[in-house]
Amino acid sequence: MIVEFGHFALFLALAVAVAQSTLPIIGFFRRDPALMAVAPRASIMQLVLVAIAFSALTYAYLVSDFSLLNVVENSHSEKPLIYKFSGVWGNHEGSMLLWALILALFGAAVAAFGGNLPQTLKANVLAVQGWVSTAFLAFILATSNPFLRLAEPPMEGRDLNPVLQDIGLAIHPPLLYLGYVGFSIAFAFAIAALIEGRIDAAWARWVRPWVLAAWIFLTAGIAMGSYWAYYELGWGGFWFWDPVENASLMPWLVGTALLHSAAVMEKREALKVWTVLLAILAFSLSLLGTFLVRSGVLTSVHAFATDPTRGVFILGILCLFIGGGLGLFAFRAGTLRQGGLFAPVSREGALVLNNVFLTVAAGVVLFGTLVPLIVSAFGGAISVGAPYFNTVFGPLFGATLLVVPLGPLLAWKRGDLLGALERLWAVFAIAALVALATAWMKGETHIVALFGLGVAVWVLVGAFAELWTRSRFLEAGLLVGFRRLAGLPRSAFGTALAHAGLGVTLLGIVATSAFQSETIVEMKPGDTATVGAYSVTFDGLRNAGGPNYSELVATMTVREGGVVRFVVEPSRRFYTARQMPTTEAGIRTHGLSQFYVTLGSEGSETGSVVVRMWDKPLVTLIWLGALVMMAGGALSLADRRLRVGAPKPARRAASVAAAE
Amino acid sequence: MRLFAILSLLVALTGAAAAADPSERLADPALEQRARAISEELRCLVCQNQSIDASDAQLAKDLRIIVRERIAAGDSDDAVRDFLVARYGEFVLLRPRAHGVGLLLWGLPPLLLLMAGAGLFLAFRRRTATSGTESLSAEEEAALKALSQEGDESPRL
Repeated sequence: MIVEFGHFALFLALAVAVAQSTLPIIGFFRRDPALMAVAPRASIMQLVLVAIAFSALTYAYLVSDFSLLNVVENSHSEKPLIYKFSGVWGNHEGSMLLWALILALFGAAVAAFGGNLPQTLKANVLAVQGWVSTAFLAFILATSNPFLRLAEPPMEGRDLNPVLQDIGLAIHPPLLYLGYVGFSIAFAFAIAALIEGRIDAAWARWVRPWVLAAWIFLTAGIAMGSYWAYYELGWGGFWFWDPVENASLMPWLVGTALLHSAAVMEKREALKVWTVLLAILAFSLSLLGTFLVRSGVLTSVHAFATDPTRGVFILGILCLFIGGGLGLFAFRAGTLRQGGLFAPVSREGALVLNNVFLTVAAGVVLFGTLVPLIVSAFGGAISVGAPYFNTVFGPLFGATLLVVPLGPLLAWKRGDLLGALERLWAVFAIAALVALATAWMKGETHIVALFGLGVAVWVLVGAFAELWTRSRFLEAGLLVGFRRLAGLPRSAFGTALAHAGLGVTLLGIVATSAFQSETIVEMKPGDTATVGAYSVTFDGLRNAGGPNYSELVATMTVREGGVVRFVVEPSRRFYTARQMPTTEAGIRTHGLSQFYVTLGSEGSETGSVVVRMWDKPLVTLIWLGALVMMAGGALSLADRRLRVGAPKPARRAASVAAAE
Repeated sequence: MRLFAILSLLVALTGAAAAADPSERLADPALEQRARAISEELRCLVCQNQSIDASDAQLAKDLRIIVRERIAAGDSDDAVRDFLVARYGEFVLLRPRAHGVGLLLWGLPPLLLLMAGAGLFLAFRRRTATSGTESLSAEEEAALKALSQEGDESPRL
């Protein structure tokens, strides 16, 4: 009964979405406030309805209602409670419903917090949100309905894919979707601006908090996904350039570009058309990412053919929104007036450069991800793997990173490049010093590793150069300096933190790639092997198990200089319902570094096993850096100039900042 | 292109000297290192986006052994790759070669950067051109004339 209620609510939500996508637009063209006022009410109504549907499905999972096909295929009565819950979105149908729920959430948020938006803009933005909702709800109901019943329910379900039975699944997809769907707001604002043919600095001020929020969530989702893959797959790597990962990286790259160009637009009214284009692209890539991952298009083109209705529907949605959005852009972009001239060497210029590198990088990743699909559609087969992406993406992103500390030191309109470089000489000296000191201490002569290290320190320390110069510690003394520092807007701190986070992440990547020690060895109980500065003793194997798997656990004692440092317990699991083995890495964090052990296949002698061990120096910085970036984003979001619903103080604060 | 080549070494950096499975290891560490570097760029054909160096699959093991056999037999790195491509097609290479579609893959990044650079150059030139040589309208011309005449008529000290 509850399930039917949810199913019905989903149909109602579709009806509401159709109303939301049409009536406000008609109202806009007829100048009818009553019709336009439908938009906010419909969005809130829609949130309520989709939430009811989602709760109903969650309920079916929690009580293991095996009369639902979706529950049978992805759940098991003995599965731990948390995975029954997260299993709701651990499959195609459920994850699409989660997507729709988050979309409705964002729509309702615009309706609730967008009190200061002009009525026409609000109506159009929510109507565009309605189009997206309509498409997704129709897609769910027509091809991916999680509420389908079985005539003869089985006694037991087929369990969730073991790799997904992890706390990571509970957190990663919702974060990623909050990021993806967050860009739908930027998209809706862009389309609304194109419909109205009007766009100004205020538009950028309204859009920026949403873009910033989406970017924070997407950063969190990607970092979380990376860490999840790192500990769950047991391959020891943190980024594999898997198409699924690329799908989330592309919107991040374009979203980062959008964040920066929207800043230019808000401050200087420049780059309007470009910002609108980026908003459309960011959401287009989010859509592509969603479907690439969820439809199975990626692993094989043939999966597309096994369910043609779903494939055709997805293709239709992609064409409609990407094609339609870009078409509208081509048709209407001319009506948007350009403003704000600037010299090539200026803050705007630096941000344009950042945008160029980020979008080119996104383009390269997109092409590299799609080429194997296109080639296989024509009957060929080609691989585009990590070696290609590392070679191509590395220099592109490296070049971007070199400019990062420079941008904030350049003035708007016309900057002084030599002056900015002069202020950064100390940062350059520190970076060079760290690289040389490492070379001397580690005896590391590999030029690329040292260069990477230098760049990481350059970005990390250089991120604070703007705060340092703006508070004038050297000229005005410590006391005045601190007072000036405290008076700087929060967004300046946000910028510094976000950029520093980038440096932290890079530091982790370089340190792990260049300085990790690896040992692969066949071991019997009692054997000892060395990895880096550690000696590892294999104490023995024992059998263990959980509610829906059996497990073989190895105990290993790690010593440094004869002293016991810690014990790690890597294991191999076997999930009975799916007859699937998994590897659980034994990971021990010490300081910022990690010790990482996995059990491989059985060795040549009985009782022996192949063990892969790594000592990964500073590896945690990769993800801590992402946390720092997010903190920077959150700090910017807290800046009162950007806070939603604070337009008047915003003008005053902006003029204060401009006066400085 | 030189920078590209240098940075591509960063990938090779991660590989220490040991093979994925100790029993397969070649006795000569220099040869073993070459074998490892090649294995890291070959696809395990039955896995999802995993190199034969990282995979536990039986096929990956077989391929690792083939790579080491070819190297021990004195093949160059390229000859080893050619041998595997002849057997399994271009699909086996995680780093696509620069011909056919591969040429497009390797050519795209510099091409995109060039296009972006040219676009920026043109945009800036057009802007400075229009803002620099923009001629005054008739009214502005008249106003300017009036102003300068006004100046001429003012008493000189």
